[in-house]
Amino acid sequence: MQTLQQLKPRIEAAIQGVSLEIIPNGSPANPPSLLVDRPHGRAVAEWLRDDPETRLDYASNVTGVDWPEKTVKEKTRVRKSIQGLDKEVEEIVEKKTPGFLEAVYHLYSMALKHGPLVLRLRTENRSDRAALPSLTPVWRSCELQEREVFDLFGIQFQGHPDLRRILMWDGFADFPMRKDYVPPADDDPGRPNP
Amino acid sequence: MTALFPQATPAPFTLDHDLLEVSMGPHHPSTHGVFRMNVTLDGETVVKLTPVFGYLHRNHEKIAEQNSFLAAIPYTDRLDYICSMTNNCAYVLAVEKLASLQVPERAEYIRVIVSELTRLFNHTCLAGFLLQDMGALGTPLMYAFREREHVLDLFESLSGSRMMCNFMRFGGCRCDLPAGWIEQAATVTDRYSLFLDEFEALLTDNEIVRARTEGVGVLPADLAVNAGVTGPMLRASGVNYDIRKVDNYGVYGRFPFRVPLGEHGDTFDRYMIRILEARESLAILRQALREIPDGPVIDPKAKLRNFRPKPGEAYGRIEAPKGELGFFLISDGGPNPYRFRIRPPSLINLTILEDMCRGHTIADVVVILGSVDIVLGEVDR
Repeated sequence: MQTLQQLKPRIEAAIQGVSLEIIPNGSPANPPSLLVDRPHGRAVAEWLRDDPETRLDYASNVTGVDWPEKTVKEKTRVRKSIQGLDKEVEEIVEKKTPGFLEAVYHLYSMALKHGPLVLRLRTENRSDRAALPSLTPVWRSCELQEREVFDLFGIQFQGHPDLRRILMWDGFADFPMRKDYVPPADDDPGRPNP
Repeated sequence: MTALFPQATPAPFTLDHDLLEVSMGPHHPSTHGVFRMNVTLDGETVVKLTPVFGYLHRNHEKIAEQNSFLAAIPYTDRLDYICSMTNNCAYVLAVEKLASLQVPERAEYIRVIVSELTRLFNHTCLAGFLLQDMGALGTPLMYAFREREHVLDLFESLSGSRMMCNFMRFGGCRCDLPAGWIEQAATVTDRYSLFLDEFEALLTDNEIVRARTEGVGVLPADLAVNAGVTGPMLRASGVNYDIRKVDNYGVYGRFPFRVPLGEHGDTFDRYMIRILEARESLAILRQALREIPDGPVIDPKAKLRNFRPKPGEAYGRIEAPKGELGFFLISDGGPNPYRFRIRPPSLINLTILEDMCRGHTIADVVVILGSVDIVLGEVDR
């Protein structure tokens, strides 16, 4: 299979206005992933499935990842004048990176027997209304898995034919796989199975 | 008297009728666990089928994210509780990919041997369950369980536990084979080969089996690929995709086994593929038991306690008896995984359950579900 560096210009030429980014993988033996912008998620998925050289006809694994808001402390060197003297001083700047939810798709080709290509889609924020395009119309195997991501992470998949809770019960309000989920205490009267 | 007890006027006989909704499960015998199907029937014919999941949900993924990498291994035993060895293998493979660990050759052979033994008894037990669903109560299943017990004895002498083996470690296996184990395994393999002949003589040409399975629950190849169906289900539809061949993980490249393929994609093909695969597993087992080298079973540099892989992510997958079992791990450099995801073949193979059942009778639904081969510990996680 072509590498992501080779695929990226081909996808950009085929789909107008798409914005792609290659996310490096910290583990060098494992493949990097392709981040696609939300409006073109479905079009890129269809291209990957139908392109005769790529033909990723099989979406193996679909999952969500929660990345909460982070504050990163960065050291920077700044020139300052202290008591009339021009000095270079280290300053610690706190940077906030906004949180988001991510859907990760592992795509393989059964026809050409290659893969995986890791496709990522990111939501704008971590609210309950955070939405992504559903890829179930492209690969049916996403049907139950996207339902599970919706159930446990709370990503609304737009265009999914049957987006209901799958593992938790219907009246459940929270999203248990999010990092900030707090399970009910053992003596909580609202706890479903005491 | 007739005035005191007026007779109800019988409804005029018409052919108009309503649809009937039947809730099968959560404890229906055909579901082998707690799984429910809402089946809408027109007479006896299935019009609509909605599977309902979650009765065994315990959020395994969250539990694993709160524990160390090592502590997740015993939890993987409980996923597909029939095939704990292959679950262990899939998880340690993902961790080894994440941390770029090497596995000694002897450990790779042990993994092949225990995986193929698992596949062997999983496939025969599934055939037993399938027959049970057709009404052959007890006998085929007990025959399969009788042979499975010999393999479980082997697993017990190897790991100390019959079913919850907890045997694999990152970089190898927990311990070496006990003395005389290979000879015992060779005896069990030979015995299993005879048993398969007997089993097939009873079942494959049985008229009732043929009548109940041929042409029932046909799954077309293109739908199977698009719906992510894997394992024997996919190969019964004629798609040549076996991860042991495609990925060549471990030492599977050294075993010249064949991949049996179905022609029609019906329930009978799904039964037959499993019998043929079990025969290929026997060939792999014989070769592996003959060729297993001496040496260490775990990489001496592998660190089990206080194991902190570098930040990064990896997806490791194997051909488990039920299909592609994958683990997706993200590490942030800490002692526990930042994200721990299981790709459950049992759940994803159920995506097309409705497509296979529509138009068949309710009695066929039981047989079709039996041929999918699900374990609810893995479906609900």
